[in-house]
Amino acid sequence: MRIRIRHEITQRFEPGTRNMAVTVRMTPRAHEGQFILRWALDLNSDCRLHPQEDAFGNLCHTFSVDGPADHLTVCAEGEIETQDTTGIVRGTVERFPPSLFLRQTDLTEVDAALAALAADIEAPADDPLAQLHALMVKVHETVEEQDGPTLADPLSAAEAVKAGTACAGSIAHVFTAAARHLGLPARHISGYVVPEDGEEGEGEARHWAEAHVPKIGWVSFDAGRNICGTENYVRLAVGLDAVGVQALRSTGLDVEERISALDGRAPQKLAQAQSQGQN
Amino acid sequence: MLSRTADNLYWLTRYVERADCLARILDVSQRLAYTPVTYGGSTNEWSSAVLTAGCADEFVARYGPLEEAKEENVVSFLAFESENPSSIRNCFEVARTNARSVRTALTSEMWDVINSAWIELRNFPNRALTRDELSRFLAFVKETSLRFDGATFRTMLRNDGYWFARSGAQLERADNTARILDVKYHVLLPEKEHIGGPLDYFQWASILRSVSALTAFHWVYRDSVKPWLVADLLILNRQMPRSLAACYDSLARNLDDIASVYGRQGPSQRQARAMLARLTNKSIDDIFQTGLHEFISEFISDNNKLGAEITEQYLT
Amino acid sequence: MPHAFDEMSSTDGAVRPAYETLQRWLAEVPQDVLDHRRKEAEFIFRRIGITFAVYGEQNAQERLIPFDIVPRILTKDEWTRLSRGLEQRVKALNMYIKDVYSKREILKAGIVPENLVYQNPAFRPEMNGQRVPHDLYVHIAGIDIVRTDPDKFYVLEDNARTPSGVSYMLENREIMLRLFPELFSMHRVAPVENYADDLLATLRSLSPHGGHEPNVVILTPGIHNSAYYEHSFLADKLGVDLVEGRDLFVKDAVVYMRTTEGPKRVDVIYRRLDDDFLDPLAFRRDSVLGVPGLMSAYQAGNVTLTNAVGTGVADDKAVYSYMPDIIKFYLGEEPLLPNVPTWRCREADHLKYVLEHLPELVVKEVHGSGGYGMLVGPASDKAQIEKFRDKLKADPANFIAQPTLALSTCPTLVEKGIAPRHVDLRPFILSGSDKVRIVPGGLTRVAMKEGSLVVNSSQGGGTKDTWVLDA
Repeated sequence: MRIRIRHEITQRFEPGTRNMAVTVRMTPRAHEGQFILRWALDLNSDCRLHPQEDAFGNLCHTFSVDGPADHLTVCAEGEIETQDTTGIVRGTVERFPPSLFLRQTDLTEVDAALAALAADIEAPADDPLAQLHALMVKVHETVEEQDGPTLADPLSAAEAVKAGTACAGSIAHVFTAAARHLGLPARHISGYVVPEDGEEGEGEARHWAEAHVPKIGWVSFDAGRNICGTENYVRLAVGLDAVGVQALRSTGLDVEERISALDGRAPQKLAQAQSQGQN
Repeated sequence: MLSRTADNLYWLTRYVERADCLARILDVSQRLAYTPVTYGGSTNEWSSAVLTAGCADEFVARYGPLEEAKEENVVSFLAFESENPSSIRNCFEVARTNARSVRTALTSEMWDVINSAWIELRNFPNRALTRDELSRFLAFVKETSLRFDGATFRTMLRNDGYWFARSGAQLERADNTARILDVKYHVLLPEKEHIGGPLDYFQWASILRSVSALTAFHWVYRDSVKPWLVADLLILNRQMPRSLAACYDSLARNLDDIASVYGRQGPSQRQARAMLARLTNKSIDDIFQTGLHEFISEFISDNNKLGAEITEQYLT
Repeated sequence: MPHAFDEMSSTDGAVRPAYETLQRWLAEVPQDVLDHRRKEAEFIFRRIGITFAVYGEQNAQERLIPFDIVPRILTKDEWTRLSRGLEQRVKALNMYIKDVYSKREILKAGIVPENLVYQNPAFRPEMNGQRVPHDLYVHIAGIDIVRTDPDKFYVLEDNARTPSGVSYMLENREIMLRLFPELFSMHRVAPVENYADDLLATLRSLSPHGGHEPNVVILTPGIHNSAYYEHSFLADKLGVDLVEGRDLFVKDAVVYMRTTEGPKRVDVIYRRLDDDFLDPLAFRRDSVLGVPGLMSAYQAGNVTLTNAVGTGVADDKAVYSYMPDIIKFYLGEEPLLPNVPTWRCREADHLKYVLEHLPELVVKEVHGSGGYGMLVGPASDKAQIEKFRDKLKADPANFIAQPTLALSTCPTLVEKGIAPRHVDLRPFILSGSDKVRIVPGGLTRVAMKEGSLVVNSSQGGGTKDTWVLDA
């Protein structure tokens, strides 16, 4: 599927801010299931972009806004060709063995409720793929996906379980935390998703998870929607949790994001806007 | 040098200077308050002390109307209360915090004065002081600022750090002198009815005392205390170290020293020189003619502007 | 617990040669003179402001570390042995960290378990594949040494993050020179005052680029940090700027400091700030102590951080237990300084042993420091031990256990006169691109309470001047 994406972030600063350092993680990499046809970053400010790779091989750019400025707008735009790989993610850039992704973070800390959830799945212990599928169902049933993304400041895994409803990123925290607790390496993915054929709604930014299965490799699990990744998914960045894949990091005030992800074959729809707050 | 270091030095000396000024204000108010009303003493000396210290709003919020200000409240508010950001205690606290963060930019003698004063401060009780205790306290504050100035003068390298430190002290000092004049300007105005009476003498003398200039006055003018001479001494006379002109003489020189070492000058140098020129070219008659009050108000706001320019140019 | 070895009077009461002069002198000096000098020392410390903050204590925001005026003495031979062992240890630490962040040979060889690295909170994925100047990570190390008899020194702990205490080593010597000039005329004591020079030379040697004079700064969390005095002390001795995060900014992957004359480039940052707080764009988002974008400049190779980021992966107490194997793996040598035998509670059979022998063991948290959260079995009552047992069972991987060593004692001035008190030693090892530098001696910490084995300053421990006799 050909997918067109436009991702615009406006970061606000205290008026008169100078020398503000910014890191963006807004450039997808290719793997077997996705090919980058074209991709470009555009800034509303004259600065030099320094391409860097982060710990997990994500393409980042760091730069500094000289100022004085009260906001910065970064816009990523491009086209990507995807194909269905039944949820299996091959050909990615890997900087660590899978066991690194057993590492828990503040957002994926396991409390008693989460440990109980992980213990409660019904699948043979020697079949990790079955375990992960069972876990996805379990997480999907336990935490209901809430309308509207709040990708920037998601709940921790434990908070999401307690709340019973959460955004896609928080649900991914629940899944990764529980999988790691079971000894299965799991990680957090940011990206975009467009609606399936005939499905209602607009394309949007989304977070989900990947877990590692011996002999198969990394498999994507979107527990919020209870499916593995399809050709409708575009993978942007990988990390240990939502903070690790945050699209823009700076020390300003709030952030506003506008995202549109369109099925490039379909007649072009009007860009859909999403707004979200962050601190 | 690091901007933050310069900033700390500049504020360190400002706070020491402010503490010294507060001590003098309290000293003078106490003296006037004990003077019989027929000799110029008045019941509202304590409220004008609060006004001079520039913290009327905070005081009113805590103790109610200024006109009813009581001695014990004013003393404790100006000297000790942590709720008053410019109480003497807070000045010393902030001065020491600043000194600690720039330990490396101070000589050990300067640090020693600040640190010892801070330790000593804890020996004064937090309750209302007896008159005796208060006198000892005020003497301690004045002595600390003298020792600190002395240590700075005698031990600090004459480089940008020194000039920033001195600029802070001079700017604060000019502000304090101007405030004293601002609160008391009416007793200096010639149209006041009982001009020359004993009442006025005590008021004028108290203004001189609050900047330790009573003796200096006689040496300079060899005349009895007259209001226009008091104003002349405090505003225009460069021999008098607390006069506005003397402060700006020193400020302009310190800022020029910084500019010449850095090989670049900016708005703060221009502002200081312009103000010095104004203080040099005016006579006290000009000032009385255009209005003493207006002159002082304008000076206070220009002085603040210079502070902002120094901050913008060097300290951020 | 066996009777402790006393460094002055040995176990049998015979005065050891290095202490002969001191012992005679102590016997002659009247107690009140010693008391007087101690008070004088305290007065000087307070006056200079050599204080530290104890976390979790209100009001007592700034406290003095008790200073004991009786020096601790090591002979030249003892010191030579120690310094060789220290150099070996630090070399191995550096090679280990480099390996962990690049080829990971030691994991592949199965010598250190993978999870001890990957699941270690101090492991920084961001450092993976990151080149650091001269392959050096731990430029300033503090290795804690304890002694149990004339010949046995053990390494108790490695400090590879931001070891502190060196200002006390230097100030203690200054005070001793001032108060007891006569003692120095009777001994040939190796000087320590060149530490500042050595440190500066080490830091300069680590500059990311040759050519011009590197701009070295010390980065402090600020005056509320417990070791702030030390930060300003070192900046003063080195003649470099003491900066806080807000004094620095990053532009085009280069670090600058804000000065009264405009931005000035920074080359080497001796940071006394934990990894977590260094850069809000890379680590903790809420850190206001760090410098946004610092890691991008670091990754671009435009600035050197000392110690490097992620060195904590080598100095927690679980990794400690593997140090002898680590030394053998990289250097092909036997460790010159042995470890204290250590049980890793993460391993089932070790845990079993520890739970059965709690009253005789010392149990510590893997990431603990400052003497907090530990159990000293022989000094604890039943209730304390049982309480600790529950803590241990709840999270065994978080603990290690060691036998309770009879730490050596040194004569110390206490209320009732001179009495033996337990001591340890923290020498400081500087690794520059040109060479390793170790100032003879280090910081001797002393447990001021009779019988106590906890020397940490946060637990009421004091310090002593440490003398290495030149002949």
